[in-house]
Formats: sequence, structure tokens, C-alpha cells
Amino acid sequence: MFFLNSIIKWSPVASRCYSHGKVETDEEFDARWVTYFSKPDIDGWELRKGMNTLIGYDLVPEPKVLDSALRACRRLNDLASAIRILEAVKDKAGPHKDIYPYLIQELQPTLAELGISTPEELGIDKL
Amino acid sequence: MTAIFCKLLQICNLVVIFFTGLCDLVMLATRAFSLIGKRAISTSVCVRGGHGVAKVEDYTLPAYFDRRETPLPDIAYVQTLTPEQKALKEKEKGSWAALSNAEKVALYHLSFKQSFAEMNQGTGEWKSVVGGIMFFVGLTGLVVLWQRKYVYGPVPHTLDPEYKQQELQRMLDMRMNPVEGFSAKWDYENKQWKK
Repeated sequence: MFFLNSIIKWSPVASRCYSHGKVETDEEFDARWVTYFSKPDIDGWELRKGMNTLIGYDLVPEPKVLDSALRACRRLNDLASAIRILEAVKDKAGPHKDIYPYLIQELQPTLAELGISTPEELGIDKL
Repeated sequence: MTAIFCKLLQICNLVVIFFTGLCDLVMLATRAFSLIGKRAISTSVCVRGGHGVAKVEDYTLPAYFDRRETPLPDIAYVQTLTPEQKALKEKEKGSWAALSNAEKVALYHLSFKQSFAEMNQGTGEWKSVVGGIMFFVGLTGLVVLWQRKYVYGPVPHTLDPEYKQQELQRMLDMRMNPVEGFSAKWDYENKQWKK
């Protein structure tokens, strides 16, 4: 219990199919995740846990959530994870090939500001 | 002395745990956990028989996995860094725009073994599997042919041509399936099959 007090509650209302009860809206979901990654002193474990959980959901994260995650990578001085996140969301989009270009277009200012190269620019999207 | 102290602690903890086990789980869970926590600490420090703390096995530590569903594994791929890699890690603390593409790729491969493209590529193993299936089916076919020739005895006499003729005549005589089946196709007047 002394350990559990220090981490954020992990019960996402949105993911459960209640027949009654409040359903979390998309905006609330996004806001929750933006807040999670915006924690100023976020640590590596929290970043990994957050990303792995987010990728586990049946959705492609919104650009603002990814922006927050990429900035968290910057605070942790972890460029590799930032690139990995971009690869993961591309993979997450699956057959919907138009999602990833849209995300990159929306994230372009952040990528330029932080100096993150996309996997395509580095050539690691090819074998 | 320490052995006696350890034994005493163990007995005390066992008694306490027994009692807490009888009571309401929710309320006393915290207390039970903290006691178990203390027990864990005490036994790891407790030196028994002079063997010290147990050796940490590799398989008990977090492992590295390349998985689509877990993009950020528990540990970095490269754990021990050479001085050049350490210098690169220091450079990573500064502006990322100052890193060249080669450096960025190098940093990526320090943390990760395979990129998503590499991890998702097919292996072509299916070709070996299909080939193996066809080979063994073929081999089985050869075995069956050999069996037919060298293992099986003669067929029963009821399959001789004369016997089969007599069977056929009998079937026609008893008008087997006379409406739509067998005998329906036989022309009884002209004693031949219907055209």
C-alpha cells in the first residue's frame, strides 16, 4: 500500500462496457493521457508503462497525446524511445495507411522543435 | 545468536500471519502486507548456515523483448556501454537536432535490438512446412504401395469375376432398387441395360 499510493490510479472508466454508469468521452480520455505524460518528473518506468498500456488499447493515440509522450522522452533524454513511439503508432494503425501520415503532419512542429527524426528519415522503416 | 533471533522472528511472524489470516482481508491486508514485507527483509538479511544471500538468477531479472504490443521493453538492449557509446549518451542529453542520422540510429540500436520492420518481417518458414508436409505424404504413399504388394494377402473369393456376375444376377432377380436405382436401369424384356 505504501507503494501503491504513489502511482496514479489505473482504472480507466472508458475501457469497461458498463450497461449503466458514466462512459468517459474521447476528450476526457485524451486529457487523462496528456496529463499522464505531462508529469514534469516522469520516470522511465512510467513512460514505458504508459506507452505500453496506450498501445494495448484498440485505438491510435491522438497527436496531442503523442506530443505529450514525445516531450516526456525529451525530459528523459531518450531519443530512441521517441523514435520507437513513432514506429509503434504506425504499426498500430495497421491497414489504415492514411493515419500515420496525418499524425506526422500534426506532429511536425514538435518533431522539428525537439529534433526527433522519423523512422522514415533514418531509414529504419525498411529492412 | 543470530540463528536464534531469526528463528524467533519466524515463529512470531507465523503466529501473526495465522491470526491475520482469520480476520477481514480488506482491513488487515495493509497490516499483513507490511508484516510480510518485514519478514521478506528479515529473511534476506538473515544469514543461514553461512551461505549468505541467494544468487540472483538471470531468468528472474527483467528481460528484453521485441514485441509489437510492447514497444518499450523493460530494459535497454545494450546494457554495458563502451566509452564511445557512453559519450553518445552524453550527447543525447543535449539538443537532438545536433545529432547526425547515423548517431540517432546508433542510439536507437543501443536501446532496441530490432526495428518494427525487422521484427514484423515474415520468415518464409511456411515454405519449409508445406514442403515437409508434401514430402512426408509422398513417403507415406510409397510405404502404402509397398504394403499393397508385399504385406497384404489375397482378396476374398467373393471379389472373383464369376462370383461378381452371380451377385449381379441375384440383385436383378430380387429387383433391388426398382424405382430409381439399380434394377430401374435394367431392361427386363430385352435382358440388357437400358440405353
